[in-house]
Amino acid sequence: MPKEIYLDNAATSKVSASVIEALSKAMQNNYANPSSLHSKGLAAEKILKKCRANLAERLKIKAEEIIFTSGGTESNNLALRGIINQHSQRGKHLITSQIEHSSVYELMLQLEDEGWEVDYLEVNKKGIVKINDLKNLIREDTVLVSIMHVNNELGSIQPIKKISEIIKQNNPLTFFHVDGVQAFGKIFADLTELKVDLYSISGHKFHAPKGIGALFLKKGIALKPLFYGGGQERALRPGTENTAAIAGLNRALAEITALNKDNPFNAKLNKKKNYFLKKLKTIKEIKINSPKNSAPHIINFSLKNIKGETMVHALAEEGIYLSTSSACTSKNKYSRVLKACGFSEQRNQGALRISLSEQIKQSDIDKVISKIKEKIDFLKII
Amino acid sequence: MYNLIIIRYGEINLKGDNKHDFIGQLIKNIDHAIADLGDFEITTVYGRIFLHAESSVIEELLRRIVKLPGIVSASPAVDFKLNKAVSDFSDEDYKKLKEKALKLFKTEVKNYPCSFKVETNRADKSFPIKSPKLNAEIGSAILTNIESEEKALQVDVHNPDHLFEIEITRGKIYLFLRRESGPGGLPVKSSGQALLMLSGGIDSPVAGWYALKRGLKIGAVYFHSPPYTSERAKEKVKELAKVLSQYGGEIKVQIPYFTEIQQQIVKKCPEKYTITIMRRMMVRIANHLAENNGQKALITGESLGQVASQTLEGIQATDDVSTLPILRPLITADKNEIIKLAKKIGSYEISIRPYEDCCTVFIPEEPVTKPILKIVRAKEEALKIESLIENSLEKMEILNLK
Repeated sequence: MPKEIYLDNAATSKVSASVIEALSKAMQNNYANPSSLHSKGLAAEKILKKCRANLAERLKIKAEEIIFTSGGTESNNLALRGIINQHSQRGKHLITSQIEHSSVYELMLQLEDEGWEVDYLEVNKKGIVKINDLKNLIREDTVLVSIMHVNNELGSIQPIKKISEIIKQNNPLTFFHVDGVQAFGKIFADLTELKVDLYSISGHKFHAPKGIGALFLKKGIALKPLFYGGGQERALRPGTENTAAIAGLNRALAEITALNKDNPFNAKLNKKKNYFLKKLKTIKEIKINSPKNSAPHIINFSLKNIKGETMVHALAEEGIYLSTSSACTSKNKYSRVLKACGFSEQRNQGALRISLSEQIKQSDIDKVISKIKEKIDFLKII
Repeated sequence: MYNLIIIRYGEINLKGDNKHDFIGQLIKNIDHAIADLGDFEITTVYGRIFLHAESSVIEELLRRIVKLPGIVSASPAVDFKLNKAVSDFSDEDYKKLKEKALKLFKTEVKNYPCSFKVETNRADKSFPIKSPKLNAEIGSAILTNIESEEKALQVDVHNPDHLFEIEITRGKIYLFLRRESGPGGLPVKSSGQALLMLSGGIDSPVAGWYALKRGLKIGAVYFHSPPYTSERAKEKVKELAKVLSQYGGEIKVQIPYFTEIQQQIVKKCPEKYTITIMRRMMVRIANHLAENNGQKALITGESLGQVASQTLEGIQATDDVSTLPILRPLITADKNEIIKLAKKIGSYEISIRPYEDCCTVFIPEEPVTKPILKIVRAKEEALKIESLIENSLEKMEILNLK
């Protein structure tokens, strides 16, 4: 088998060796229950404290505003259901976009079944929500707006600050949730400045293990929990904390490039992405779907007359792993997101997503490009 | 408390002098299907096969056995050993038989309220008690000993929940409460060998099952077109072959490399004929494989009119390149019937997984539904058929699945 080149980091990322070490150490040494009174319990609790503080520092929020969850899907479900269950007296209306991740989109469809009115904000060809429509959609009874920060298929970045301004101007009582799963570690988010009420992140997208994530919940906002139990995470997400995974998450945090106001874009990734883009554009059978100024780790493109799935299998034979759209939709026929952006069915059929990690080298990219060319020649049918 | 399984075969009884070959094959198949569970004694009497085993393995044995073609039904049973001619059946024996019947009923029947009925079959008419009398007296022994406030029990001769059967043969009496149906038909291998064209869809595994049921030993061929078809599609076919192996023993699956052939067809032949020509290529390869394997027919899951290629003209176009007969067990079956059977066999849930097989990758907009043989033959001339087949077989993968 040839050397592996993994380009499916938006689906999930490889857990790094040092994260595995941190995990394993925590499992061996800090196995006690953080709620236990003895000193071993306290040592375990310290792991949570450290990680909470580091996350808060990255997102410019307070440590006590972090709730650990099992990952992005749970964070999104807890945010949405938690808010609407707690504040249903405010109304029956929700707003989201047509390009949300399935953990928001499918939940919204379910909520419609349960009697909620949901508006799905349209997007333009660049995969960015039409914010001019938003103003007209917000109503007196709009309880919550949920818009993702970075789209997982295209990498398009949503204007979160503008959106939050529009929401607060039109209905100061409406809550604003942002799915930040693909944004975290890739673009800087100062949640205080962005005036976001809830923000979801997921560990396994940045080399932490699967099964750990977090939800930011702005202090003072009441949330109805999904689970009931022993009062952990301020009783908003009870259940014995996943200490080892949190130790892993903390270690992973330390390894990703730190972003800040002056450095809002992960430049390391962006450089690789631009190199990749430049090379892809030289292939005449390829059209780029991702908009300019998109997230630094995602490139979506389409092949002419070759199905995306076929190319996925062809490259897998060479040890190169990418995906058709998002991992969660790859079992459905074609991408709902690309369709919402107005791409033709043909363009949708041929769509592929590359998602980078900081470990990818320029020589890897060169190899991938040459293999893509090779496979296009093999697969294209005159 | 069971200590044997009574296995009944149906159609084999109609055979003449070679009946024993069929029974011998069925016993071999039974033996093969349960070999990993231990060594079991198998005996045959009066159109029945008896499989002797401890009660702890009876249910697992039964589960496997009722899948084997040739078997009409099977019953877990206990035997009552007389060790003398049944005509010498004494009062003391009768008392013991009643006790055994009662014990069996108590052990096997757990849910009350319920109803039952006793039915006797005296294969050996020298047994001194007539069937109606035996039915009534054993029934009464069960009823009076079990019937209570917690265990509401009654006799129902028309529609009982439990049919308690007593079978009296020479020197032995068998007691049982269940008959599990088998597929019937003939024992696998008694009709020879054939090659199944297995696609991963719903139909072909069912066609394979029918072939097994008529006593064919089958191998399978699956045409793999990487990267157009995925590893997962191949995994699916492997799992389907494993399902079929429960009915017919180990299955050899041959997987020729079909990519180049498909590419050449799409490049060189008119779009509307690609499916017809692709099927002809498959049939050619299958013929080649079958002849080398000693298989004397091909089996497909085709059903008349189901898709564009499964018309009489389409069938003629594939038969045209086959020297072996092509058996099509589903040719007149409706999709609904096929699905129903696929669910019963256990292949349906695997078949509906959404991975593409080689038949769904290059679907022309308007495939020809009534291909004209002369035209198909002419359009095919653009292909180097011999060398394409050779390459395809050179990269063939072979698996033995069970």
